[in-house]
Amino acid sequence: MIKRIISLTVLNRPGVLNRITNLFSKRNYNIESISVGLSELEGVSRITCVVQVENESIIEQITKQLNKQIDVLKVVDITDQAIVSRELALIKVPTLPNNRHEIYSLIEPFRASVVDVSKDSVVIQITGESEKIEAFIELVKPFGIKELARTGTTAFPRGMQLQSNSQKISIV
Amino acid sequence: MLQETTFAGKKADKQSISGADLLLKSLEKEKVEVIFGYPGGAVLPIYDKIYDSKIKHILPRHEQGGIHAAEGYARISGKPGVVIATSGPGATNLVTGLADAMMDSLPLVVFTGQVATSVIGSDAFQEADILGITTPITKYNCQVRDIKDIPRIIKEAFYIATTGRPGPVLIDFPKDIATTVVEVNDDPEISLPGYQPTLQPNYLQIRKLTEAISSAKKPLILAGAGILHSKATAELKEYAEQQNIPVVHTLLGLGGFPQDHELFVGFGGMHGCYAANRALYECDLLLNIGARFDDRLTGNLEHFAPNATVAHIDIDPAEIGKNVPTKIPVVADAKEALKQLIAQDGKQPDNKEWLETINSWNKEYPYHYNKEDQENLKPQKVLEMIHEKTKGEAIVVTDVGQHQMWAAQYYPLNKADRWVTSGGLGTMGFGLPASIGAQIAAPDSTVVLVSGDGGFQMCTQELQVIREHNLPIKMVILNNMALGMVRQWQELFYQERYAHSLIPGQPDFVKLADAYGIKGYQINTNEEAENILNEVLHNDEPVVLDFRIDPKELVYPMIAPGKGLHEMEGVKP
Repeated sequence: MIKRIISLTVLNRPGVLNRITNLFSKRNYNIESISVGLSELEGVSRITCVVQVENESIIEQITKQLNKQIDVLKVVDITDQAIVSRELALIKVPTLPNNRHEIYSLIEPFRASVVDVSKDSVVIQITGESEKIEAFIELVKPFGIKELARTGTTAFPRGMQLQSNSQKISIV
Repeated sequence: MLQETTFAGKKADKQSISGADLLLKSLEKEKVEVIFGYPGGAVLPIYDKIYDSKIKHILPRHEQGGIHAAEGYARISGKPGVVIATSGPGATNLVTGLADAMMDSLPLVVFTGQVATSVIGSDAFQEADILGITTPITKYNCQVRDIKDIPRIIKEAFYIATTGRPGPVLIDFPKDIATTVVEVNDDPEISLPGYQPTLQPNYLQIRKLTEAISSAKKPLILAGAGILHSKATAELKEYAEQQNIPVVHTLLGLGGFPQDHELFVGFGGMHGCYAANRALYECDLLLNIGARFDDRLTGNLEHFAPNATVAHIDIDPAEIGKNVPTKIPVVADAKEALKQLIAQDGKQPDNKEWLETINSWNKEYPYHYNKEDQENLKPQKVLEMIHEKTKGEAIVVTDVGQHQMWAAQYYPLNKADRWVTSGGLGTMGFGLPASIGAQIAAPDSTVVLVSGDGGFQMCTQELQVIREHNLPIKMVILNNMALGMVRQWQELFYQERYAHSLIPGQPDFVKLADAYGIKGYQINTNEEAENILNEVLHNDEPVVLDFRIDPKELVYPMIAPGKGLHEMEGVKP
């Protein structure tokens, strides 16, 4: 399976999200995550879809089918460009007096932050690329995760596209 | 048109008007001639305006009949079919027709009533989320939320339905929107920044295609319904003749290329002719123009055109490469692309041998049936008789099943827009209402409906519409007392276990016709067929013809499911 990130701009009309998700289910494509929000233009939303596909021809079909939608302005598969992509996760971890310090020591290197503290738990907020978040979740798992909420990935191309830029390079 | 009102001598483009009025005015502006509609609670305000409108209104006896009639009308007239239905059940009854039109790229503009905006979402009486239901089966749909948007939305709906790859557009119309009165600009601009169909082909691709054709030894054109939608029949003929390339049609494309032309091979696919399928298999260059490589055409994709360089001209880029890997994609309107190809005037390919081979296949493997059998009425014979007596000039509308395939095989068409059939969705019940739309679109043409006894009963109520408007449709039922195609598959692939395909009881179709005030005949022999067809085919009356055909007759040749085009069965008697 190949993971691809598709960035769409769409007219912010009623039903447009339904139209997009409907298309994925109609055509039997898998969405790993989808995130929607306003863009810099009034009346235009940006949707970032992360999809898992078996081969290149399917991704071509997906972008073509998305492009065909009347309310869709632009579809770009940005996976191979230099991109900025971010996801946010909120993780509630139970704390005991003896492990609180250990949890805090993980937060710093990941540039995560504690956004809520209670008697027996903390809520950690972390942003970054999916892989970074995955790694962090693995690290805090041993402490027990009480609740976890993740946004989808949102992304767009960097301002400068260097010729030699590999998709994996990420300057955080 | 809106009457212009003037304020203090200054021309104004605004006036107070209700939503329902705006709808009707917009339809007049789009030059709509006929509405296929069924009234109901949520569309009462609209119908109150239709009462005064000059636009012709056809009342089907079921909304499904209405939308299939609109499809038939659209296919024959080339204009969008307009449908109105009420909210809830009225709207949901349109679903099959929408899906059918979506599959076969027919332009429809469909208005559904909706409960008032104040109660949307409350499960109000006759409320259905028709936008949610129809999103996957419409080219576009939307709900009017602000009366001021009506003129723009309707203008956009007609534009979307008829341009690019045509398709159905649905507009949901809440009841209160229809009655609200506002001042509104009735001449809006279309605002569709995300919708710009590509009409002109890329020049480099045209060059590449021209070179590929010139160097091919076994070139073949596969012409789909895109030829008909873009009205490119003249260009197709000119190009095929200029380059001397043989032409195969899809089922839906029939009529796009004259079938008596020496370059015409046949129609391809599951029940197409041997030569067409063999040519698709053997060709070294396949130029698809406006077809979508449907599975009923391609058979098993692993064996489809194994030696061919595939070129594909389509207005819908998503169709290119969807099923068959394509070396030379050309996104364009078929007519524009063909014009440019003709202008290239490329070197004719050296394909004399290829043409001879195809001809020899056609000579050796023509369609065949048992002509010796005089005991039974053969469906093929019936169609041959109808073809002869109508000089091949009738508009043929079919339902779905065995009779549809026989009609495609035994009623060759030489002109475009004479063929209405449900291809992609394969909708039983389509034929009878579609023939109504076809006859309304072409009142002076002979319209022959070819149906089966199963499909005919799926929209029988529309007989009353035929009577009411005295539409002289010749309704041919090829009656084998069975769901013939289902029966055929059960015979061939399910060890003759005829589960619910042999219809145990049937109405008397002659009496049924009579109940609707239509003449009906039961026909059992060739002689009866001859006499009655002579009598009824050329008069101005509708007629139901119940042909009692040989129930054991199967459609051949055939490509069994999972097989490739080179594995046709039943190619010889």
